[in-house]
Amino acid sequence: MSKRIVVPFGPQHPVLPEPIHLDLVLEDELVVDVVPSIGYIHRGLEQLVQKREFTEYVYVAERICGICSFIHALCYCQGIEHIMKIDVPDRARYLRTIWSECSRLHSHLLWLGLFADGMGFENLFMRSWQLRESVLDVFEDTTGGRVIQGTCKVGGVRRDIGQEKLDEMHRTLDSFEEQCRDLGGVFLNDETVKYRLQGLGVISKDDAYALGAAGPTLRGSGVAVDHRETGYAAYGDLGFKPVVETAGDCYARCAVRVRELYSSIDLIRRAIEEMPEGSIDVKVKGTPDGEYFSRAEQPRGEVVHYLRGDGTKHLVRARIRTPTLANIPALVKMLPGAQLADVPVIVLSIDPCISCTER
Amino acid sequence: MGLFEMTRTVFRNLVRGPATRRYPAVPARTSPLTRGHVAFDPATCRSCGLCSRRCPCEAIRIEKEEKVWEIDRMRCIACGDCVEGCPFGSLTMEREYFPPVVEHVVERHTITYVKPEKPAKKPAEEGAGAGA
Repeated sequence: MSKRIVVPFGPQHPVLPEPIHLDLVLEDELVVDVVPSIGYIHRGLEQLVQKREFTEYVYVAERICGICSFIHALCYCQGIEHIMKIDVPDRARYLRTIWSECSRLHSHLLWLGLFADGMGFENLFMRSWQLRESVLDVFEDTTGGRVIQGTCKVGGVRRDIGQEKLDEMHRTLDSFEEQCRDLGGVFLNDETVKYRLQGLGVISKDDAYALGAAGPTLRGSGVAVDHRETGYAAYGDLGFKPVVETAGDCYARCAVRVRELYSSIDLIRRAIEEMPEGSIDVKVKGTPDGEYFSRAEQPRGEVVHYLRGDGTKHLVRARIRTPTLANIPALVKMLPGAQLADVPVIVLSIDPCISCTER
Repeated sequence: MGLFEMTRTVFRNLVRGPATRRYPAVPARTSPLTRGHVAFDPATCRSCGLCSRRCPCEAIRIEKEEKVWEIDRMRCIACGDCVEGCPFGSLTMEREYFPPVVEHVVERHTITYVKPEKPAKKPAEEGAGAGA
């Protein structure tokens, strides 16, 4: 047995801009053990729920994460609406679905770019982010914000999308899908990408399930769990089948995300076609009194917002479980047996969002 | 063939030219809804204080007596809640982002709105009032 050494990875690392620290125990170049630690970016956003009114906290909720911000706001609003027994108008549910799927597109394209950069394919990184830009333009045209949308509110949404803009989005979806399929083809079929990713960071179906992994990390191992199946927002009307891969390696997790791009485009197309007429919000009266576990499917997996109100305009407690926190134990399981040079790619393959994790 | 998957995209990009623009020579892309910054019109503000109450980050402060309206640009998140809530249209959302600053300065406006005088009472009413 060769001598063991410990190599620190993060919290500042060139491939991973987010502050997670891993102590990698190495034997030569081989990882034999990993000790993760977080705690570099805690902002105390859960405590803030006691200082902001329940309608104002939406703005805080969507700032938990800069990438899946809309879905955080959606999950929070759904929780409050359930506690206060508010029925959201159909049009608002469809608009929420469109923005959620746009968030997923933009998050997955961002991740695909970072992943390509992580494995050394810079041209592909640039191309992914070029496509992502067109999604951000749609966000800016429909909500006024490129990253922080600020359109979700308790009782509905704050902005409508006009029929003209919906028609324009529908028209451009075809060419966007074609470009995404070109991009996805490189990730799925290119021999160099396959050679780099296949058989790397494998986690079995049972391990992924037992360790409580979420999102593409879980679905890449063959477990068909996607919270959109439960039909929140308009997913129940649109019908939805989760994307599953069985290999459980980095390539499978990448393939899940690539194929989720196509399913998101399909969902947006159907939501635009079936968009109902009517109001976009209802007036909120009273204050939340009760508790609820609200769940939604983020690009990285399932997010849980636990909310408890006592009949005043400030909530008593909010607790947020983000998907990256659930995926860190799975990451610790994936890393042993990998080469040191493969660690950045494996860490990126769970799509870590540490700002989400620590809030 | 899995070796030249990227080639088509590469050739297309070579023909198409750059995807980025030469900012700031070419201005950044905005849309009519872009939330850049909140603009205040002191001539129409009636000091109701709704904007200050609605602001989720306590960036707006209003003093009725001194006729002062203040906004802390470093606190403002440009959510647009104040603009939606203003009943007199004194607040508007402009497209331009504020340039970065190094000093913390609170922007101060003096409200110039003057309450219009009530129309003079009719002589008959005046006479009735005087009689009582």
